[in-house]
Amino acid sequence: MGEKSDVRQGTLALMVLKTLDVLGPLHGYGIARRIEQISGDLLAVNQGTLYPLLLKLEHEGSIDSERGPSENNRKARYYRLTAAGRRQLQAETRGWEQTAAIMARFFEVKAEDLS
Amino acid sequence: MRFLRRFLERLANFASRRRADQRLREEMEDHLALQTEENLRDGMPLAEARRQAVLKFGAVQTIREGYHGEQSLPFAESLLQDLRYAFRQLANSPGFASIAILTVALGIGATTAIYSVVDATLLHPLPYPHPEQLVRIQDDLPGAGARDVGLSVPEWWDLQHSGIFQYVSMQGAGSANLTGASQPARIIFKPVSPNYFAVLGAKPQLGRLFDPQDRTPGFTLEVVISDGLWKRAFGADPKILGRSLRLDNDTYRVIGIMPAGFRDQGRTTEERNTELWAAVGFAGDPLPPPQRDARLRLESTARLTPGLTIEAAQSRLDALVASLQKQYPADYPLQSAWTVRLVPLSESVVGNVRQPLVLLLGAVALVLLIGCVNVANLQLARASARGREMAVRQALGAARSRLVRQLLTESLLLSLLGGIAGIALLFCLKGTLLRMVPESLPRLNDISISWSVLLFALGVSVLAGTIFGMAPAFQAGLADPSQMLRQEGRGSKGSTAQTRTRSALVVSEFALSLVLMIAAGLLLRSFWNLYNERLGFDPRNVMTVQTWLPIPNDPKTDIYGTAAQESTLLREILRRARSLPGVEEVAVGDLEALPLGHGHNDLNPFPLLREGHETPGKEPPIVDAAVVSPEYFHLLGMTLQRGRLFTDSDVDTTPSVAVINEAMARTYWPNEDPMGKHFKLRPTTPAWTTVVGIVANARSESLEDANSPEMYLNAYQRHPKDLAIFLRGRLDPAAIPLEVREQVQSVDRELPVFGARMLPDVVTGALAQRRFSMGAVLLFALTALLLAGLGIYGTISYVVGERTREIGVRIALGAQRKSILGMVLRKGLKLAVVGALMGLVAALIVSHLMTGLLYGVSPSDPLTFLGLTIVLTTVALAACYIPARRAMRVDPIIALRYE
Repeated sequence: MGEKSDVRQGTLALMVLKTLDVLGPLHGYGIARRIEQISGDLLAVNQGTLYPLLLKLEHEGSIDSERGPSENNRKARYYRLTAAGRRQLQAETRGWEQTAAIMARFFEVKAEDLS
Repeated sequence: MRFLRRFLERLANFASRRRADQRLREEMEDHLALQTEENLRDGMPLAEARRQAVLKFGAVQTIREGYHGEQSLPFAESLLQDLRYAFRQLANSPGFASIAILTVALGIGATTAIYSVVDATLLHPLPYPHPEQLVRIQDDLPGAGARDVGLSVPEWWDLQHSGIFQYVSMQGAGSANLTGASQPARIIFKPVSPNYFAVLGAKPQLGRLFDPQDRTPGFTLEVVISDGLWKRAFGADPKILGRSLRLDNDTYRVIGIMPAGFRDQGRTTEERNTELWAAVGFAGDPLPPPQRDARLRLESTARLTPGLTIEAAQSRLDALVASLQKQYPADYPLQSAWTVRLVPLSESVVGNVRQPLVLLLGAVALVLLIGCVNVANLQLARASARGREMAVRQALGAARSRLVRQLLTESLLLSLLGGIAGIALLFCLKGTLLRMVPESLPRLNDISISWSVLLFALGVSVLAGTIFGMAPAFQAGLADPSQMLRQEGRGSKGSTAQTRTRSALVVSEFALSLVLMIAAGLLLRSFWNLYNERLGFDPRNVMTVQTWLPIPNDPKTDIYGTAAQESTLLREILRRARSLPGVEEVAVGDLEALPLGHGHNDLNPFPLLREGHETPGKEPPIVDAAVVSPEYFHLLGMTLQRGRLFTDSDVDTTPSVAVINEAMARTYWPNEDPMGKHFKLRPTTPAWTTVVGIVANARSESLEDANSPEMYLNAYQRHPKDLAIFLRGRLDPAAIPLEVREQVQSVDRELPVFGARMLPDVVTGALAQRRFSMGAVLLFALTALLLAGLGIYGTISYVVGERTREIGVRIALGAQRKSILGMVLRKGLKLAVVGALMGLVAALIVSHLMTGLLYGVSPSDPLTFLGLTIVLTTVALAACYIPARRAMRVDPIIALRYE
């Protein structure tokens, strides 16, 4: 377990948004599965923490939900991205890419480059 | 903003808490079900599938709570819980709850009532825009011993051009006969400079006000009238603008009407009731031409230039005064030391009511404090009964802070309920209370239960709740649960700390109520002294009715212009008044001659120029002079000490004579015989007046002051315009005013007759404000005494209850029942004595602060201090006696078996 990294604040929200962006409307379990799948075993996240986050995102207007039938004929709540959520995703994606690029350049720098 | 949005979101979540929680739970259930199904598909047994799903999911409860902690208002939630619990607690002990709420309601109701008066009078004395800019300009000649001498017109102009003020107005006070309506009326009017309303920042409800830039030297012949006069005399005629009315036979044009709510500045009833304002430049007919040394004895009000503080304005003014003194050395002799002061208008309006009101507020705050202490005591008693509950809750893991908060919530709930009850009480009693307020209070009509008053009540409630909730909460925070549980199990006496707190509370209660009682006692004695003071005149069976003669601006139209002309009128009025039923004696005088009708030097002050006392460059003293007919002295029962009174042979053709009182003789002719001495009251008149008699002092100016110098001049030599008719006899107060009016108007149809009053009522009225503050403080003191008595009763009963077993043992071992009684009484007495000692010290401080309100009694009057201490101690002993008897009657067998 020691190898797994903690989820940074806000990262999980970004993952949820991206998942919904790529896969379209999805229920909570589906989102959890997807995140687990993509991040593999590298991420230590209790699936339970996902639900308060979903509630919060919906409250903030980034996502929307309604109840509908799931694959095995049970009722489930389906989440989908709203226009505001899409804009937020784009903004945060850009932010992440920038941060990543800057950090990458810092790691590439060697002592002789600065002299 | 971000914070605010977040808070609002949380607030919304708080409201929709249940729904969100519900959904969270559903979703989590769904998730777990799906995961379990999948695990089943992977071949796990059902139990294991479920377990793995839960493991992977994490702790459901923690997640839910975490969500709430973050998304909602945990504080508000626990507050709601506390409140609900507190309500239940109160409902469970209705006796305690109703006593506590009633105590607080009385305290807060009384405090709020007094505060509403303070709010209207002291805090918002001026109903004008930017009241902080308004000042009264007063100038003194300290070198000549003269205060508030008034500005001369050139000085007024200098101030206006100084740049210190936006506007400087001058205003006089007067009254005039308004004729043309159905009944000639005497109305109070103010001759004001045209910028008067600009100074106040007032707006008319109809028409316009004076042009502040108007430079007319005399009367502009434009007047503004009050809403009341408009409705009364003109039937609220909207076409009144431009119409003319006659004042003292002069014709003026109405240009505007003030709104109904407009109240003129001023502290006296007269100023409050001003009904007409006439613009005048004070520099031309009928006034003398402006001269630097001709002080007009007008009041001056000004609005400071915005941004200028009073201090800054004062220092600029001092510089101006200095330069004027250099420029006109002849007009400002150095020894008279002319100075000009700026006084905030609010202060000059509130004036003499500040001290009584502050006293009342202090007294009522003490009552509230005593009430709080009592409730705290009750709470403590309950806390000890609830000690077990608290201990159990603490043992079960409740945090101490949480318990303290719970107790504080209970106290706050109590005090808020009490506050609401108090306000409700106040609303019900508002009318009665307002009737108790003396009429002389400024801004009486503006006293109301406004938002600021309600806010004050809320603040006081919260404060009170915190104060009396502190003690029990503090104790609960200290208590050790394990010890408490063990103790409670044995049911023996509570912690000594608790008893000590309760004793301290009782002691402070006693100290506070002794302070109040001594204050009330001193006020009562002052009132009594004043009430029994020899007046120096006899008001019984005397009625006064006023009638005023017109003073037209053009002396040629004045039919009472000379003393001879007026004497005929006066004699005729007196002859007719004497014939009225029941009338035995009649006299006339001017307004100054009306006892207790005015203050010192505020009506007709004159400079007293004594023959042989002239000192160049020194201002003469200012004196009051009443004008009376010869019958006046006998009618009012004033006694002649030396010389003679006026006789019928003193007329306008004979030398002018005067009667003075002893105080004047002593003040202005010290070490010499004033009889036969000459003086005059106007530098311009050639003839001297001779002192022919000395009468005993009378408290005709103020009840407090027996020694105000007073002078009487002869009505047939001075022709006063502001007349008062004095009648003595077995009078019918309802009929006489009408009969007098009939008689006066049958002599001159145009004379108004008004202001009829019985003299004894006037004397009573002069005591009204004192009676009000004394009555209120007395009421508060009695309440305090009652509360303190209840407090000591409660505490001693509690102590006895706790020590029942011990007392039982003592009795079983042979203690005398008498000594048990003594033991309990001694305990109560100890509390009372300590409280009384502390109270005496505090009372000494308080009584010296209120010296100004006392009359004829020393602020450290031993009789009052000692007597009331004894009263208080007696009450304490009486309150202890009931529980002490109970202790004495303890049956040892029952007491021990009870264990």
